[in-house]
Amino acid sequence: MRAYVSVWKLRFINGMQYRAAAIAGALTQLFFGFVFIMIYMAFYSHSSGQPPMSLKEVITYVWLQQIFLSFIMLWFRDNEIFDLITSGNIAYELCRPIGVYPLWFAKLLAQRVTSAVLRSIPILIVVFFLPEPYRMAWPPDLPTLFLFVASLLLGLLVIVAVSMLIYISVFWTLSPTGSTLMISVAGEFFAGMIVPVPLMPDWLQKFTYALPFRWTVDFPFRVYSGHIPQTEALWGMIIQICWLCLLIGFGYASLRRALRQVVIQGG
Amino acid sequence: MRLYFKYVSILFKSQLQYRASFWLLSFGQFLVPFTVFAGLYFMFERFGQLQGWTFFEAALCFGIIHMAFSLSECFARGFDAFSGLVRRGEFDRLLVRPRSTVLQVLGSQFEFTRVGRMLQSAIVLGWALYSLPVEWNTAKVTTLILMIVGGVFIFAGIYILMATLCFWTIQGLEIANILTDGGREMAQYPLNIYERWVKIFFTYVIPFGCVNYLPLLYILGKQDGNEWFYMLLPLAGILFLLPCLAIWHIGVRHYRSTGS
Repeated sequence: MRAYVSVWKLRFINGMQYRAAAIAGALTQLFFGFVFIMIYMAFYSHSSGQPPMSLKEVITYVWLQQIFLSFIMLWFRDNEIFDLITSGNIAYELCRPIGVYPLWFAKLLAQRVTSAVLRSIPILIVVFFLPEPYRMAWPPDLPTLFLFVASLLLGLLVIVAVSMLIYISVFWTLSPTGSTLMISVAGEFFAGMIVPVPLMPDWLQKFTYALPFRWTVDFPFRVYSGHIPQTEALWGMIIQICWLCLLIGFGYASLRRALRQVVIQGG
Repeated sequence: MRLYFKYVSILFKSQLQYRASFWLLSFGQFLVPFTVFAGLYFMFERFGQLQGWTFFEAALCFGIIHMAFSLSECFARGFDAFSGLVRRGEFDRLLVRPRSTVLQVLGSQFEFTRVGRMLQSAIVLGWALYSLPVEWNTAKVTTLILMIVGGVFIFAGIYILMATLCFWTIQGLEIANILTDGGREMAQYPLNIYERWVKIFFTYVIPFGCVNYLPLLYILGKQDGNEWFYMLLPLAGILFLLPCLAIWHIGVRHYRSTGS
């Protein structure tokens, strides 16, 4: 366990070096947040009937999306691992006296956390002081905040588990470009990145609820705004844990199978 | 010009060497704007209309800007990837050749996988044009074509500006995405739904409004005032390119090799 923690720490420090890039990124995300909110406001201003999500909740949803973008983007990837697999350097990885799955898991986790820390703190401070109607709302009460943090962390683990599957798939396809692009586009859509899940048509919502993607982003964000009540949130977290176990188990098994078949070609 | 097509044909052949990867990437490029468009469709299904704009009117707006974006990504990719040229010191090689630097950088990269994105925008564009009750005449068709061309010029201009920045910063900056990706995301909806400062910035500083929203009013018969004025507005996009090129030339003169 100590080994994985130190891999995580190394990556964390490494990621913290790119501060200027992070500030540029934060500005970009602020701008995107503004544009999206303006679009939603325009839609809401003439809506007839009661939309399933209030404008205030949507605004919070958009800001959380921008703040935790690096938690949730599926295309956020580590080319190092791809290179390891395609170039055959995976052999070194196998020589190490630690498991490959947890090693990569720790690496990927650290990457997401650093980039979120660097980006989210500046944005987080700004969005609470924006003029209305752009200001981000606080969660309704303290327990909700705790539930949000817990579900967000669980969601982070789920998304790393999903992206592990993408990396493992490269053992078979050997070319990371096409397949990862497709998975990540579909995954982001079903996580509510393009349209918040409650605003989707009913038939699509049913489909979305059956997939793991919405548990990564959509669920914690709606817990934050109180759109999902607290008891339901607790149940949701149990489902998150189930998905997590399932994904990790599947990833572990398929990685083992892949490694058994792996042939290192000289060099 | 002949030289440029020569560059293009060489790059086309080299990219087709990896055929499976080429088609997969093209298909992926098709999917990206497809999900965005699906999002737009679902929003209209939920809310019915957007401040007086119908779905097909917004789809036309979307189709035009995405068409322009994919074309410019295809052609002006060289400027987008320019920071690499500077960092590796390869720009020195371009400087000693007796041809214009703009042409050579343009020809240094050409992204054919954007065909997927282009196809998607073409379908949306076709669908919107087919479903809108607009009486087409030569003037309107010309305006439509001018809008796409003007859009391509604006995106190309932004790429050139950002590439020029690399002369001083060496690294590419993510902030450029505000202008390219952000401009695209923003211009795919009619401009009048935004706040004043956004409207002003994207009409007078970076003239996305001139190639998309304002001429669109003319095509849909919503304009007030002189038709000719609205028709010729997309030319502002072409005008935008001129200062960008001027800044580029200043940048080239300031260039100091990284020496690697």
